[in-house]
Amino acid sequence: MQKLPVSRLPELFARIDGMKSLYLPVSAGGRLQFGRWTTGTAYDPSRMNTVKSAKDFFFPQSEDLVFFRSKGKELSITEAKDPAEPFVLFGVRACDAKGLEALDRVFLSDPVDTFYAARRENGVVVTMACAEPEETCFCGAFGVDAAEPGGDVAAWLAQDTLYWQSRTDKGDALTAALEDILEDADQRDQGAFAAHKAAIKAILDDLPLNGLSLEGFGGDALEALFGSDKWPALSQACIGCGTCTFVCPTCQCYDIQDFDTGRGVKRFRCWDSCMYSDFTLMAHGNPRTSQVERFRQRFMHKLVYFPANNEGMYGCVGCGRCVAKCPAFMNIVKVIRTLGVNAHAR
Amino acid sequence: MQRISELIRTRAGELLESGAADQILGWENGGLAYDPTPAFFTADNVAGLVYNSFCGINLSKYLIEKTKGKESGKVAALLKPCDTYSFNQLLCEHRIDRDKVYVVGVGCSGMLDVEKLKARGFKGIKGIDEKDGRLTVHTLYGDKSCPKREVLMERCISCKGGGHVACDEVVGEELTPDAAGNRFAGVEKLESLSPDDRFDFWRGELSRCIRCNACRNACPACSCNKCVFDNSRSGMAAKANSDDFEQNMFHIIRAFHVAGRCTDCGECSRVCPQGIPLHLLNRKLIKDVNELYGDYQAGAAPDSRSPLISYTQGDAEPDVIYERGGAR
Repeated sequence: MQKLPVSRLPELFARIDGMKSLYLPVSAGGRLQFGRWTTGTAYDPSRMNTVKSAKDFFFPQSEDLVFFRSKGKELSITEAKDPAEPFVLFGVRACDAKGLEALDRVFLSDPVDTFYAARRENGVVVTMACAEPEETCFCGAFGVDAAEPGGDVAAWLAQDTLYWQSRTDKGDALTAALEDILEDADQRDQGAFAAHKAAIKAILDDLPLNGLSLEGFGGDALEALFGSDKWPALSQACIGCGTCTFVCPTCQCYDIQDFDTGRGVKRFRCWDSCMYSDFTLMAHGNPRTSQVERFRQRFMHKLVYFPANNEGMYGCVGCGRCVAKCPAFMNIVKVIRTLGVNAHAR
Repeated sequence: MQRISELIRTRAGELLESGAADQILGWENGGLAYDPTPAFFTADNVAGLVYNSFCGINLSKYLIEKTKGKESGKVAALLKPCDTYSFNQLLCEHRIDRDKVYVVGVGCSGMLDVEKLKARGFKGIKGIDEKDGRLTVHTLYGDKSCPKREVLMERCISCKGGGHVACDEVVGEELTPDAAGNRFAGVEKLESLSPDDRFDFWRGELSRCIRCNACRNACPACSCNKCVFDNSRSGMAAKANSDDFEQNMFHIIRAFHVAGRCTDCGECSRVCPQGIPLHLLNRKLIKDVNELYGDYQAGAAPDSRSPLISYTQGDAEPDVIYERGGAR
């Protein structure tokens, strides 16, 4: 483990950005977003989740795939190149890091999505433990430990010290490149480090959504849940916007569309939302014609279909963005509480 | 607030029992201190009905779906004073079947904006108490306090006042938040900028748009069966912004589409996950309509007619933009 006085963070950021593009949570219009670091950029570790998750850096909201141009009888087709920017994403929370594992399952399994794979290869994820989680957080329910975040490097900010622990080969390489600025942590640091993690665990235990039980969900719950008579009542508040899906670190559905540039066609893909009326629209129409069905799809995907296809891994990491952002305050927590085995337990 | 919540719950129970209403449209408590969800209640679940300072959600739009079709049941809708403007406007546009609705007006003394609490650094909110115009916010990191008026929703800061404009009965007192201000102050500030600065302001704000469509879907004036932006055959369907300018156009087109019909209910800004002040676009158009055609409040009456759909010989000519646009 390495460490660094917090006062030297700007120096660390400058060093990282000198090697690879550095992105970290910054304030934009009062909201937190991942943005490019520049000299003087303030990093505030007490602010929790960005509006859009770290997903955006590996699976962007929209990206070009191929360009078509016609000239007379000639048609030229140009493929978009795999992204090649080496970057470091600093301050990723444990939930978002876990979200990337869920996306890996989708995009790195055969056939591999080369754009996603290139970004995963080029990107180094430095996580930050959550010293002050929000009331909307429930990552513990999905097996995420906010005191022990994943990523390539995990970091903790305890009072005046940043602790730094590499977790992967990519993390080792970044750590080695920063060896003249990072100091080795010694025995005396262990006490303060352990106390910091214990304090985080105490707060996690005290979260209002702590104790959310997933009993009754999982890959084999299809029949019990799909036909539940509770879906209509749950979905009636849903206004059919895409907020929950777009702020979600694990939602991975996309659409491919053509854009007429006037001189050719740009084929791009963009995030899709199962909440939209034209989601999975085909020649014969839409398989889900009502909002109840579309609403059900989102939660069945996260709590049943995804674990069925991924050795029990859920398609939710408990980041709480949908809890905070749903215009109607309807969210996965309410769904779990209504449909779970312990439906009436708090 | 506790008292009015009980009054409303009791009255809702009576309406269901007497058969005056088959369902109640109101708010159901969530698991947090500030997350009541719109819900329909019958005798089975009416005990879960709540009304508190976080019931900002405008319920009028839910009545479009609810009163559609042949079902003859009656729904009693709990509407705050400002919600009744949207309700009236939807009646004007024949989007709600009035015969199927019983409007229960609920008093309001201003709704709270949880984003404003969070912006003050109040995080880990476990509970909120309200007393004498002050809030005590219990958080995971200790108790905090602030004046209620400083964390009111944008719409409440410039409350229309004057109570309900459509209702069959009122439960609780008609109250007005103590913060009524000039609702056009934000627009006037933008008007005072140069066209370039104004353009930069909006490009900056709208650059954060993620095209989640929450503003459109929450908007009571956006009630098209099939929005042109969702229609793959319209040639302008878009799930993401194909280029930066497009997201600007989306919001501007939407603002023009609801011009003269927008009641200034503020839902667009409330629901935006990115905090884009969309209400300023609508208020600019409301202000322009007022200046060009005389003061007009959409939804003030169930039969009001927008100046934009009533031709008079004295109407403004298109060249008015040369005088008013501010371009050099």
